Amino acid sequence: MEHVNIKIFAEPGAQISLDEAIPVFHRWIQKRDLPELLIDVTDYSHVIAGPGVLLIGHEANYSLDNARNELGVLYNRKAKVEGDSLKQAYDAALTAAQRLEQEFDGKLKFRHDEVEVTLNDRMLHPNTEAGWNAVRGELEQFFDGLFEAGHYSVQRPTDPRERLWVRARRTN
Amino acid sequence: MKASNSQWKDHLVGKIEPGLASEIDAFDSEIALKKQGKMEDKVFAETRLRRGAYGQRYDNGQRHDGLESRRLAYANPNTKGPTTLWDAPGMQRIKIPFGGLNATQLEVMAELAEEYSDGIAHVTTRQDIQLHFIHIEDTPAIMRRLGAAGITTREACGNTVRNVTACPLSGVCRDQAFDVTPYAKAAAYFLLGHPDTQDFGRKFKIAFSGCGDNPCALVRIHDLGCVAKVKDGQRGFEVYVGGGLGTVPYVAKLYTDFLPQEELLPLAQAMTRVFARLGEKKNRNTARMKFLVVKLGLDEFKRLVEEERKLLTPDPRWTSYLDGIENEQETPLRDPGLLQIENAQPEDFRAWRETNVYAQRQAGYATVTVALPLGDLTADQLRALADIARNYVNETVRTTVEQNIVLRWVSESDLPSVYNDLKAVGLHHAGAGTITDTVACPGTDTCKLGISSSRGLAGELRMHMAENGAAGNEAIKNLRIKVSGCFNSCGQHHIADLGFYGVSRNKGGFAAPHFQVVLGGQWTENAGSYGLAIGAVPSKRVPEAADRILARYTKERTEGESFQAFIRRIGKAECKKMLEDLMVMPLHSEDTSLYSDWHDPREYTTGDMGIGECAGEVVSPLEFQMTASEREVFEAQLAFEAGDIPKASKLAYDSMARAATALLVWHKSFYINSPDGVVEAFRKEFHDTQLFFDPFAGGKFAHYYFHAHELLGQERTAESAHRLIEEAQLFIEACHSCVGRMTAAPVKG
Ligand code: HEM
Ligand code: SF4
Repeated sequence: MEHVNIKIFAEPGAQISLDEAIPVFHRWIQKRDLPELLIDVTDYSHVIAGPGVLLIGHEANYSLDNARNELGVLYNRKAKVEGDSLKQAYDAALTAAQRLEQEFDGKLKFRHDEVEVTLNDRMLHPNTEAGWNAVRGELEQFFDGLFEAGHYSVQRPTDPRERLWVRARRTN
Repeated sequence: MKASNSQWKDHLVGKIEPGLASEIDAFDSEIALKKQGKMEDKVFAETRLRRGAYGQRYDNGQRHDGLESRRLAYANPNTKGPTTLWDAPGMQRIKIPFGGLNATQLEVMAELAEEYSDGIAHVTTRQDIQLHFIHIEDTPAIMRRLGAAGITTREACGNTVRNVTACPLSGVCRDQAFDVTPYAKAAAYFLLGHPDTQDFGRKFKIAFSGCGDNPCALVRIHDLGCVAKVKDGQRGFEVYVGGGLGTVPYVAKLYTDFLPQEELLPLAQAMTRVFARLGEKKNRNTARMKFLVVKLGLDEFKRLVEEERKLLTPDPRWTSYLDGIENEQETPLRDPGLLQIENAQPEDFRAWRETNVYAQRQAGYATVTVALPLGDLTADQLRALADIARNYVNETVRTTVEQNIVLRWVSESDLPSVYNDLKAVGLHHAGAGTITDTVACPGTDTCKLGISSSRGLAGELRMHMAENGAAGNEAIKNLRIKVSGCFNSCGQHHIADLGFYGVSRNKGGFAAPHFQVVLGGQWTENAGSYGLAIGAVPSKRVPEAADRILARYTKERTEGESFQAFIRRIGKAECKKMLEDLMVMPLHSEDTSLYSDWHDPREYTTGDMGIGECAGEVVSPLEFQMTASEREVFEAQLAFEAGDIPKASKLAYDSMARAATALLVWHKSFYINSPDGVVEAFRKEFHDTQLFFDPFAGGKFAHYYFHAHELLGQERTAESAHRLIEEAQLFIEACHSCVGRMTAAPVKG
């Protein structure tokens, strides 16, 4: 799979505003201890239900994302990945989530009962039945590993214009 | 870079207009050639610019991260222009003639924003759409996907005819002479790729307006501006030439008060030919048409254009578009209606309706403005707008120069449901065209030339004005705020009531972001006059500065007195006095908060804009002299206001000489008294060494000083004195920037 995006959602009631991520991401650039080449921070906190605040990198972007008004951390892989691209993106998103939790010192927490995978390329991964069937096996295997087979529900877009995204949520 | 790039070409075969398809194929090959080292940087840079692929901040590979300047270590050593790294993200500008978009095009923008950019499409101050953080190798796929939706990025940047703009209300406006849309469209496509427009020294901007009074199209800040006019029952245009903002703004001059419609395209063609032939090519700083018109004089320019017109081989396209043009009309989707039960509507709807809904000349229909914060909208919002455009209107959507989007032909009875649909996706901001609807260029967010954070400030002012009651204050609610990140005025600060442009200041060896306050520019009468700078206020104190000015106007204006008239009446000295205490910077050791910019906690520097050498010393005598030169240029403005042209000219010149002396003393411990001596030394030490060179404008600002010196003692007209003052102001800013660059920390690996 190419251009995998992973979003991990925040627990409800986060006590931070989006723009508080700006200094955090600048610090991450200063420290240079993430695997990607980090370039700059961009702020869309003024847009409702938008991409929030992004840490733009060369191989990937990290963001405190607020699409559909659901706060979460998003890892958007732009460059090619050798090996398991799902695992790579998930691990990166998880690392970012843990770091954000530390940075915000309890004011922001992430849930681990749900994850959204978006395949950010309509040509390679069209949002069609065929597109879904092409990646289904791999995705289900990944979700099985996260939540245990048969213990999660899966949601896909109803609007065919959206990218192919799949959201898995633990059911018990 | 996307793994799917090559597949789009095959996928879209036959779906793109053949000329455009081969254009994009050619660019694809150029990218390949560049990668193989078979194309020069300069040539590749112009070729990509002509396709709208712009560079972006830090693409020179260096960035100050708040602690130090560092190299951005891209693995790929390739470049895509002089000092522009291949892998560094760039911006893609997408040309939207007269701002017209259909639903499919909105959807394509959404796709591109998601897949290649940062999830946001940005509406610009010239009705274009931009995507940021784009990889150069993705641009052909982007262009193909746009091409399949009938959009070209061709000549969106570079030395070309830029996007042809038009008032977003043309066709539905109550004040128009007639609908200029078909003319704007014809001009845009006639000149696009035309052989006569391929050899300019600089960009060429065209605008159309349906009337002379309203500001929607800003014709008077354009190289060629056309205002619709009917004379003896015949359609034509009042034509203006040689306007432009940029560092020193020029109001366009009346070329003719009536040009019959048949002559529109031939005139534009003849004009572009004269511009291509006689316009400056070597020095980009004097290459815009405004300089040519001034250099030749309007009469001579006109004579040359008329001569050129006679030489043109007739082209059927000059008039073919005119067939049936008067019947050409957008159609509504729904029947006209009346909004009957307004009182029953909630308060938020009523507030929105007051500012965002315009009753069209066609009874029962309205144009709705979708106010976009800082011109930004998300992919989800674009798709929702596409739905709204299909459900309520015949996809009649346009972008505006105020960075908004309008939906035309909404049946008035549908207004509540349109509002609800917009609200569902967060596009229901009220206050379109008011003091909260701030305009900003990209500034330090993504522009290579940004000095201060224009978007940061505009975003802040937008919230601030909403919270402090300005939006409900009748006196000031309809004033316009526009912010540019530097002197280039992409945010059009000259034509705002409250305009700001980014400058930097140094104190005790530390740099701090500031904004020059520009008051009293005129937005009405198609942007008919420009404001002058009052002084520089630290970025973080601008909201307070704005509050003071607005409070004073609210309190002291006389009956019916406009903001411009008020500013003129109290005078610039008084305005400055109001802000003087705000202009005094505390030392870095006393308060660091003013040494960083809005929404950017990094310690401020402009050092990463160019390679600096380390001087690293405290610069107080310099600061002292620089402050004195600023005072002088300010006094020049006062003298100008008082009508004393000779005094104004002398003061303006003196202010430049003083700043130049200050730099010489600081850098070389030179003490020279004679004006000739200072110019000579300055030329040798700062100009010839290129120490003074602005990363973008080069030696331009030094030339202002040299030129003023050459003309020393000659009598000036009011217009040329006004320009001299502007130039002196910019020269002083350039002195500040030069010191900033020279004292910036060196770049680390
Ligand atoms: C890499 C970033 C950019 C560079 C280097 C650049 C350069 C310039 C320069 C030098 C000028 C003044 C020149 C003149 O008017 O003669 C100018 C003006 C202008 N630019 Fe930009 N610009 C940049 C980005 C933008 C963007 C992103 C926008 C749109 C939002 C924009 C829109 C404009 C507008 C509206 C003007 C006003 C000038 C007029 O209409 O006469 N520019 N730009
Ligand atoms: S005004 Fe300056 S900072 Fe703003 S976009 Fe133009 S060049 Fe960049």
